[in-house]
Amino acid sequence: MKGLPPVLITAIVLVAGFALCAMQFPNIASTRVVGNLLTDNAFLGIVATGMTFVIISGGIDLSVGSVIGFTTVFVALAIERWGVPPLVAFVAILALSAAFGAAMGAVIHVFDLPPFIVTLAGMFLARGASFLLSTESVPITAPVYSTVSDFALRMPGGGRLTAIAIIMLVIVIGGALLLHLTRFGANVYALGGSRVTASLMGVAVGKMTVKIYMLSSLLAGIAGIVFSFYTSAGYSLSAVGVELDSIAAVVIGGTLLTGGQGSVIGTFLGVLIQGMIQTYINFDGTLSSWWTKIATGVLLFAFIALQQGLVALARRPVTKSAGAAS
Amino acid sequence: MTALLPRRGLAQILALIVILAVDRVVSPQFFDLRLQDGRLFGSLIDVLNRGTPVALLSLGMVLVIATRGIDLSVGAVMAICGAIAASLADSHGLPVVLAAALGAGLVCGLWNGFLVAVLGMQPIVATLILMVAGRGIAQLITEGRIVTFSSPDLVWLGNGSVLGLPVPVVIALGMLILTGAVVRGSALGLLIEATGGNARASELAGVGTRAMILSVYVWCGVCAALAGVIAAADIMGADANNAGLWLELDAILAVVIGGTSLFGGRFSLVLAVLGALIIQTMNTGILLSGYPPEFNLLVKAVVVLAVLLLQSPKFSGLAGIAARLRRTKA
Repeated sequence: MKGLPPVLITAIVLVAGFALCAMQFPNIASTRVVGNLLTDNAFLGIVATGMTFVIISGGIDLSVGSVIGFTTVFVALAIERWGVPPLVAFVAILALSAAFGAAMGAVIHVFDLPPFIVTLAGMFLARGASFLLSTESVPITAPVYSTVSDFALRMPGGGRLTAIAIIMLVIVIGGALLLHLTRFGANVYALGGSRVTASLMGVAVGKMTVKIYMLSSLLAGIAGIVFSFYTSAGYSLSAVGVELDSIAAVVIGGTLLTGGQGSVIGTFLGVLIQGMIQTYINFDGTLSSWWTKIATGVLLFAFIALQQGLVALARRPVTKSAGAAS
Repeated sequence: MTALLPRRGLAQILALIVILAVDRVVSPQFFDLRLQDGRLFGSLIDVLNRGTPVALLSLGMVLVIATRGIDLSVGAVMAICGAIAASLADSHGLPVVLAAALGAGLVCGLWNGFLVAVLGMQPIVATLILMVAGRGIAQLITEGRIVTFSSPDLVWLGNGSVLGLPVPVVIALGMLILTGAVVRGSALGLLIEATGGNARASELAGVGTRAMILSVYVWCGVCAALAGVIAAADIMGADANNAGLWLELDAILAVVIGGTSLFGGRFSLVLAVLGALIIQTMNTGILLSGYPPEFNLLVKAVVVLAVLLLQSPKFSGLAGIAARLRRTKA
């Protein structure tokens, strides 16, 4: 319940922004554009859902972009060069990425290291491994890929809800249910509120840490498969910088970066806001794509400043000098 | 301090020697130096020259990390300042170009420092904003193009030589001495360490922790600006997309290799620069050995993990730190 106000603000920003865009370019308000927006940001929505869990638990995962890159290359090579059936390749890569995340979580917990630096090493490792597999873009021609790309539900107004958009929506909804309705989800919040308190209350901190990073990497693996559907290729340089986009989506979605508060729905709205900015810039035509970065940065700042203000407000009656403590 | 240094830096120096030896095996001419047109040439000089941007970044980064912070924006700041320098180079003199670029770095550092010290944001988050937006700003300055220039003054900054050494190396050395003189010649270094060790206790003991935090981010911005100018001068152009890309990670890695704890509270400038040199020696070695440069990332990942595990209180069993941690947990 506490997480509601920031999510509401995110929703208002999204609606207001969309209204402004639609006023300038009436064509934006169509199911076609919305359908494309969901398709283009499907992998981001999936990976940001995992990032939400990590950040609410008080951690951060910088390796997700590299895991996506590795997944696309692995899947492409497995299907095209090694002759593995696509489904087997998918299962293998998901097991591999889950194990990778579990390993990072274990290192973070066992050696008591900052998640930031451990996942940074993970980022190097996964990106380096994908370079080792192949530095070239490997096109995927398996029939499954064309079947999946062609599949789409018609929405009223001619929009297409593609398969990968549906996968994303299912994962977002599943993630929201997992976070808000299960014991696992409650433990994630407890961990982010305070590890010590959580541990005293009987949460198995170590197991939870491993599971949370496993979930994040697993979702990054799924995002990688979705990305390979999206581009029909595997490329070791794909999804560079996606970790930043997904962190930005989580923050814009009202999740507290110090942990303990947030929601998957907010993150989803954050992804939509980033997609909306991109769509606006595409429609405008004269603005360059780098305005996306500046706009995202401004939004990031606005939302973090807002959080900071709310936190300071909440703390005021207890202590007077909350400034330097971080 | 001087008595402490060799003991603390032993591992790093040994690591550098081992990597140099490996490089020598890979490439027999590795240690060859020759003097040509009053300038030294050779792989060793190349390592120093190529290592300059990361060494400069690590000089600022090490102070930030000593306050228990982190600055993710240094790569983006490099891009901004390189872009400014490149676009002014052909119409203005070197002093104006340098002043504008370093001034921009200072403003970027001030912004980061303001967010962390005054608004109390987590450093990772605060500097993430500029990391995301900074490249956009840099492209705003270059208008999305790669800006090239031919100003001989600025080119000299990247490719000239002083007393046989490349100018960037001399600049980095100068910055190391300057930074060292300021923070170790006064109590400043101690106060920075105190801030990182326990900000609240230091504040109560009368240390101006906000001023400390603000000033380390400003210094980090200035160092990044200088690195950006040198990187631009080196290629005689500014590429807003790729200048300084991922260098923030290299800088953090250099600091960590240099034995500075990410938990704040102690730092060594010399060892951070040594860390930067270790990274560059590895890079050069991998290039010379004929392995694909992509191999670098894997090697770096392994090195980060190894150093982290050695640093980890639970792994090395450093009784003092372990006890401190246990106390805070209880």
